[in-house]
Amino acid sequence: MARLLLLIVLLLARPALAQDAYLDALPGLAGGFGAQAEAVERLGAGGNPRALPVLRALSEGRLMKRDSTVILNGTDAATGQPLDATGAETVRINNRVRSALRGALGRLQLVSANPDERFAAAESVFRSRSAENIPGLEAAIARETVPRVKERQELALAASRLVAPDAAVKRQGIATLGGASSEDARALLLEARNANPELAAEIDAAIAAIDTRLTFKRAAETLFQGLSLGSVLLLAALGLAITFGVMGVINMAHGEFVMLGAYTTFVVQEACRGIPWLLPWSLPLSVPAAFLVAGLAGAALERGLIRHLYGRPLETLLMTFGVGMILQQAVRLAFGAQNREVISPAWMQGTLPLPGGILITQNRLWVIVFAMLVLLLAIAAIRLTRFGLEMRAVVQNRRIAATMGIRTGRVDALTFAFGSGIAGMAGVALSQIDNVSPNLGTGYIIDSFMVVVFGGVGSLVGTLVGSMGLGVLNKVIEPWAGAVLAKVAVLVIIMLFIQRRPRGLFALKGRAADA
Amino acid sequence: MSGITATPAARGIPPRLLVRGAILAGIALLAALPLLNLLPAGSALRVSDFTVAVTGKWICYAVLALAIDIAWGYAGILSLGHGAFFALGGYAMGMHLMRLIGPRGVYGHPVLPDFMVFLGYRELPWYWLGFEHFPYALLMALLVPGALAFIVGWLSFRSRITGVYFSILTQAMTYALMLAFFRNDMGFGGNNGFTDFKELLGVPLNTQAARSGLFYAALLLLAGCLFLCRHIVSTKLGRVLVAVRDAESRVRFLGYSVTSFKLAVFTLSGMMAGLAGALYVPLVGIINPGEFAPGNSIEAVIWVAVGGRGTLIGAVLGAFSVNAVKTWLTSFAPDLWLFALGGLFVAVTLLLPQGLVGLFRRRAR
Repeated sequence: MARLLLLIVLLLARPALAQDAYLDALPGLAGGFGAQAEAVERLGAGGNPRALPVLRALSEGRLMKRDSTVILNGTDAATGQPLDATGAETVRINNRVRSALRGALGRLQLVSANPDERFAAAESVFRSRSAENIPGLEAAIARETVPRVKERQELALAASRLVAPDAAVKRQGIATLGGASSEDARALLLEARNANPELAAEIDAAIAAIDTRLTFKRAAETLFQGLSLGSVLLLAALGLAITFGVMGVINMAHGEFVMLGAYTTFVVQEACRGIPWLLPWSLPLSVPAAFLVAGLAGAALERGLIRHLYGRPLETLLMTFGVGMILQQAVRLAFGAQNREVISPAWMQGTLPLPGGILITQNRLWVIVFAMLVLLLAIAAIRLTRFGLEMRAVVQNRRIAATMGIRTGRVDALTFAFGSGIAGMAGVALSQIDNVSPNLGTGYIIDSFMVVVFGGVGSLVGTLVGSMGLGVLNKVIEPWAGAVLAKVAVLVIIMLFIQRRPRGLFALKGRAADA
Repeated sequence: MSGITATPAARGIPPRLLVRGAILAGIALLAALPLLNLLPAGSALRVSDFTVAVTGKWICYAVLALAIDIAWGYAGILSLGHGAFFALGGYAMGMHLMRLIGPRGVYGHPVLPDFMVFLGYRELPWYWLGFEHFPYALLMALLVPGALAFIVGWLSFRSRITGVYFSILTQAMTYALMLAFFRNDMGFGGNNGFTDFKELLGVPLNTQAARSGLFYAALLLLAGCLFLCRHIVSTKLGRVLVAVRDAESRVRFLGYSVTSFKLAVFTLSGMMAGLAGALYVPLVGIINPGEFAPGNSIEAVIWVAVGGRGTLIGAVLGAFSVNAVKTWLTSFAPDLWLFALGGLFVAVTLLLPQGLVGLFRRRAR
């Protein structure tokens, strides 16, 4: 069996030359440290895949020798024949051999069959900075098919070229690095600048090019983070824009409706556990479920309590705060105070690389998409449906709407249920990026109110602009002020902003503005 | 407090006199508490140290409630951030108490409080200077909350931010302050705040003398604030405030500067809350950023609502009764307390808009 394997290995082996170089170099490993280092270099340069396990064994102290025969896992490393290992001794190495090993292993791994290993190899070659890697890398790049690995290898090649003795080769390296957009490449160039004063002008140009790209990348990432935060705010504030903005009802329990939505997601997920094929779809299923749960809770709240307090906004505020307290405590008793885990489906996990080295987390991207969908849905419901028409009529003039035959009480309940249902859907999204705990909603309620006040009461477009503006503003201030002070600064900015435009960015005009 | 429930029985006496009598009886009862604490341990009338400390705490709460009531009940300004003024006053006193610890801290540094030594401060930050003097600390407990109330009020009232908008804004204010005070680099002890105080005005805090002294100081503050508020609401100023509450635009059209009136009462209210906080801290022995939590402020608002807003005695009554229920309920059924408090919010706003005082008035009629 072993012979057959050996035969296959021999048949598949690279050109006979590489095979010979491997066999030639092998006995050197059993010699003195100088001979060992030389043999390691030759094995690494030879590019024979058989050398990889031998060198690995050497670096891990598993390689044995007897006289000049090198023994790998009880077989002759040259022939592959099983061998009686009695009397063999471990091959010892010193630091010089070790450093030769590192480079050689890196070069050999470049031809490994596993793309992850090749990527790691390119990474270590990038760090080792030796001009000797150039031929090996060039060969590896020519063979490479995986773009991610190839990109890394090209960077490693450029880094190796940078330390080459030939100035023309160095220039080639500088040009490639100048096209990269990573901190590593920048650091490498800075280092090279000190070592090569004669190339300073070119290196500076390359560094400037990298800096431009890095600035752009940072700006793009800040923008994405801001939009991501903004979409979370949008989801939380959208329902509020309807209940507070359109109906003028301050619902301090709004955050608790968001929390109810998140717990609905958890419950739906647990219910789906028994049915394996349904489990990946539990999240999409949670969206209508959360809408219903929070919507029903909202309708009950409006019909049962809030309706008795119309025209008394301060009392409504206090009363709904109490309702929020009760809801929070009820959930805490029912589900426990600790966080509940909601699993992200596979299609929402991981990161999405964009050109220019920008990384985007999938779940945050989905939250942005989801927020936009919900916004469109809300606008469509208000603009295009019969319910939306009646709702607008009641907001504009309750009495005339009533004389037209609109049942204003029913419209109130539906509007409130609609706004609360959207809060529930926000809870589904938040369960993906935040901890599902009874006080999930309290963290968002103040920010959401700020968004509604900032964007202008009663305007959904204002809510969109307000939430995105606040989200991006927060993330722009954050790098130099820290997350907490950024929040404080945003609050102060809003207070000053309200000085200029007390009715928000998108103020309602006409009769509704007097409400 | 219990004296007020006697209303229906005494029909012949005018209600005004009755209320005054009840207030005096309540104050006398409160004033007697530390004396009863002096009785020997076996005595039936003896009041425990705990009761004195807790009642002292409630008196501070009553002053906070009074501060909220004068703004909300009379001028219609509902602040959901009064806890911030209370906490700022508390922090000012806390800074004084920290400075008095001196070299008795764990690290034994002659000047710096423990947390500063721990965080590697070399010297006191500039805003800590002067807090070793009691009058200065007391002044700051009055001025800092007052200044904050003035700035927030001025920014809000001049751009006619009223009603729920103002409530939300003040809630955001206390929330922002809470976030800020949680930070270690603010120089206020981060989330641990200040504690482990030793003495005040040369009296060790864990003695009976200190407890009674603080208790009487709080009682004096409450009486003083009641007197001041009583004076305000019975003069023209109070009438204008009520008018602002009921018809702001009309008052403005009549030529009054609504902004100034609101600003004045809101600043005064912030100062009262600050003093209450300054007495509260040595009584409970700790101050931390949790005092800024928006929930605390809104809880204080509900004391006023329960007692009856727009009546001074209602605010005091509410603070005492709600906190009495809280102390009693959290000791034997902590899970139920939040249900009870939430239920209180709903019940009071829906069924008892005038609070307990309104209930008695209806009975009396």
